[in-house]
Amino acid sequence: MLTIDLDISAAMHSLPVTVVGERKHVSHNELEQSRETAWMIAVRDHGDRAAFSALFDHFAPRLKGFVMRSGTPSHQAEEVVQDVMLTVWRKAALFDPHRAPVSGWIYQIARNRQIDIIRKESRPIPEELREDPAAEPDAGQILAIEQEAQKLKGALATLNDSQREIIEKAYMGELTHQEISAQTGLPLGTIKSRIRLGLQRLRHELKDFER
Amino acid sequence: MSTISHHIPDSMLAAYAAGNVPAPFGAVIASHVSLCPTCRAALEAHQMLGGAILETADEVSVSRTLKSDVLSQLDAPVMPKPVFQRSGVFPGPVMQVLKGRAPRWKSLGMGIQQDILMDGDEGSMRLLSIPPGQAVPDHSHSGLELTLVLQGSFSDQTGRFGVGDVEVADEAIEHTPTADEGPLCICLAATDAPLRFNSFLPRLLQPLFRI
Repeated sequence: MLTIDLDISAAMHSLPVTVVGERKHVSHNELEQSRETAWMIAVRDHGDRAAFSALFDHFAPRLKGFVMRSGTPSHQAEEVVQDVMLTVWRKAALFDPHRAPVSGWIYQIARNRQIDIIRKESRPIPEELREDPAAEPDAGQILAIEQEAQKLKGALATLNDSQREIIEKAYMGELTHQEISAQTGLPLGTIKSRIRLGLQRLRHELKDFER
Repeated sequence: MSTISHHIPDSMLAAYAAGNVPAPFGAVIASHVSLCPTCRAALEAHQMLGGAILETADEVSVSRTLKSDVLSQLDAPVMPKPVFQRSGVFPGPVMQVLKGRAPRWKSLGMGIQQDILMDGDEGSMRLLSIPPGQAVPDHSHSGLELTLVLQGSFSDQTGRFGVGDVEVADEAIEHTPTADEGPLCICLAATDAPLRFNSFLPRLLQPLFRI
């Protein structure tokens, strides 16, 4: 029996990501890639419509809530949701789970699209990094990024209402950088240490891109 | 690349991720991030936190037709937006603002040349080319000025700035940036307010040259 167990755990590590995505109810959830990442990779690599549909069901109501939070009326918020989800489909090739969880990637698309619509032109964004197409996916790094995102969510949950409101305002684009830096007196230590840890991981990952 | 020692302040990276910086600053930040893995990692950590906020946003159900509308557009042909690549010393975001053209240098005298790329309500942005040993006229600001070095280097009262370094100067700083010996110093400089000059003549010339 022991050998069978070992085989299973070895096989788990080499499972293709699309299969991992279907294993929703296993007990060691935290050791596996999230459904969202698996869906996004299926969209990126195979143009998988079922996976895109699942992503839509997960993110569209959250995006709508997020956009309406800053006072956008419902019908306009839906236009943004539509625009963002189409951009997710069209730019799927740029998704890199070694550097961003799906939620963070979609967050940036949503902010960029909202600014572009207001300004009626594309805002300048940093040059895209492209990984060597021959590079093998690094499951450990992908997992580390997801765990980091989970811990950030956990840290957010520990904030009181007014702290949470300030963080939300900052990331919904309602505070200037001067206003954000003036908030340093707030007890947001957990968030900041999480950002620092996330940063260390990302910096390590980005070393591979340095020329 | 690892020689970059002057970075974008963290609060500004957060505001940039959220889309709340004046357009001229946004272009400088995107350019710096294109050159600086440290700030890219910091920006991506902010995106991750934005994603955590999106992930935990209150869900608002979308109208029933929204998903079918989006799915029906997945195959619609789209005009891909041009992606501007780095060209010589100019990072992709600068090429985007230039719309792919070469800079149109105009002489400011004393061998200094400039090309104004943005000038509007949100501030101004220009490329500056300064010969070695030449000082940019002593000036202070009514707002904030970001200066990113693209070629060569300059020094002023606050330190030395080489390729990729960005100087953040507020109204408290009265400085005289002087190009170091070596190649022409080419900078991308952005302000959120017009510059003021301290000596009489440049002040007269200011409306003329819009520096």
